[in-house]
Amino acid sequence: MALVEVEHLVKQFVSGGGLLRRGHAVTAVDRVSFAIAAGETFGLVGESGSGKTTTGRCLLRLVEPTSGTVRFRGEDVLQFSTQRLREARRDMQIVFQDPYSSLNPRMRARAIVEEPLVIHKIGSTSERRARVAELFSLVGLDAAHLERYPHQFSGGQRQRIGLARALALNPSFLVLDEPVSALDLSIQAQVVNLLADLQQRLNLTYLFIAHDLRLVEHICSRLAVMYRGRIVEMGPTPALFSQPQHPYTRALLSAIPVTDPDQPRQRIVFDPATLDRAVALREVASGHFAAV
Amino acid sequence: MLDVAHLTTVFDLPAGPIPAVNDVSFSIAPGETLGLVGESGSGKSVTAMSIMRLVQPPGRIAGGRIAFRGRDLLSLTESEMRAVRGAEIALIFQEPMTALNPVFTVGDQIAETLLVHRRATKADVGGRVVALLESVRVANAALRAGDYPHQLSGGQRQRVLIAMALACRPSLIIADEPTTALDVTIQAEILDLLRERQRTLQLSLLLITHDLGIIAEIADRVAVMYAGRIVEHGPVRAVLRHPQHPYTRGLLASMPGRGGGRLQAIEGVVPSLGALPAGCAFHPRCPDRLAACATIVPAAFTVGPSHEARCLLHREPPAGSHGAR
Repeated sequence: MALVEVEHLVKQFVSGGGLLRRGHAVTAVDRVSFAIAAGETFGLVGESGSGKTTTGRCLLRLVEPTSGTVRFRGEDVLQFSTQRLREARRDMQIVFQDPYSSLNPRMRARAIVEEPLVIHKIGSTSERRARVAELFSLVGLDAAHLERYPHQFSGGQRQRIGLARALALNPSFLVLDEPVSALDLSIQAQVVNLLADLQQRLNLTYLFIAHDLRLVEHICSRLAVMYRGRIVEMGPTPALFSQPQHPYTRALLSAIPVTDPDQPRQRIVFDPATLDRAVALREVASGHFAAV
Repeated sequence: MLDVAHLTTVFDLPAGPIPAVNDVSFSIAPGETLGLVGESGSGKSVTAMSIMRLVQPPGRIAGGRIAFRGRDLLSLTESEMRAVRGAEIALIFQEPMTALNPVFTVGDQIAETLLVHRRATKADVGGRVVALLESVRVANAALRAGDYPHQLSGGQRQRVLIAMALACRPSLIIADEPTTALDVTIQAEILDLLRERQRTLQLSLLLITHDLGIIAEIADRVAVMYAGRIVEHGPVRAVLRHPQHPYTRGLLASMPGRGGGRLQAIEGVVPSLGALPAGCAFHPRCPDRLAACATIVPAAFTVGPSHEARCLLHREPPAGSHGAR
């Protein structure tokens, strides 16, 4: 059974409204449906404004969806009471993109990682201490640095702190929102490998949100390509890379720079005017869907 | 065109001078593109600012020579340098929103560049602006010239910056991560545009990036920087196909996009410039380090035709030119 099921998710924002003026609705997420199996890494790929981040936040109700359903272990997250949601959030966590702004600069690393345990009133002081030390070593940080402040860590180390904090409550599901895009290349690879290792060890399920298709290929078993709020293509990663069906997916893949100077990119241009929003996803091959 | 020799730029901090750019040498021929690649803190942007003589205190150029079309830029007066900036050497920044003035229309900003450098008169400047915007393929150029920066998309803003950089017909363009803030499909368009303009106008281009994929697409030669030094330098094909410095090899291996599977990471972290390891700055992270690497700063050894690497593994001439590990 799927751990996470999303059906017809819609999120509209009101834009341009004022005191006396009604704004107009902008549909950031438009009837998005997908399911993530336990232990899987599902990628959500798209460019800025495609709705991928909003979708991720809707799943955790960090943003309230306008309509649709989100089921976690079969339960409808959108119907949860505040109390029930708080409990559910122990099991569903998020790691943000920017390790520079997502950590409180005035808190020591120890306190940042311990905070979720304190909020959820878990363990005694000494148990929490032990747990924080355990989390530090789990994400490959040096326990000697527990009392440091965020600015004393490098970007990659800061992202490890964010990860340790997200893992503090033993979640089964993590939304990873561009977790490595702010990091240098040599550090990016370390963090991606760490994510893969942790998934194995802790049996985690990931929603991996990214704009870098090169990275997605390494970590996601299945992925969905979003464009202007809609999923235009979804399927197993190898199939999407080798047989992209939607013109936008093709354009996106063709835009990736290749490190081989003798393999010049054959760029495919996508004309947004050709996008027919009425076309629904259909199965073009086993498990491979495209809005064509 | 441009000849940089032994450039050293330091930042005078209370703890003492810290070299952000350390003994850097390279040259760019007319019509050639040199890619300068490195991670954050490698000194690639400070190198660009040094060429433009825009390094702000506590930074200062501590040594070396920068010759541009035979003139020594470091000996020019500030007003002579102002005539070079923008007119002969133009700079394109990473973040087009902050590089443009939000309270003037983009047309006015391009016009200002033309008027300041006396490349247009008040009478013909309007037409020149529209022609420039058309040359960077901005649709409805006459209309867009009246737009303010916030009314344009990120890709359009970067086109405007390129138009502004080209306004005075410079012979050298320095582009510092010109596409990093853009989506990948827009990035591809901007790179195509840069390449096309560069070929048509026979410009020299110094392209600064952290992305080896962009280097492969656009550069003729590449210089890889690490901790303030160029550690490998050569024709783009040779460097990307047969990298001779362990850092370049590590960077290439950690690039995603080679058909999935586990990524090969470089262990450790980029050292801070204030606390550089002795010897080769890369040695603590290097899988191939020798005992001597901890004490000796390697010289640039020739490892192939116009291909150099600063690595002690190449101290002896390699048996085959690509045979070294």
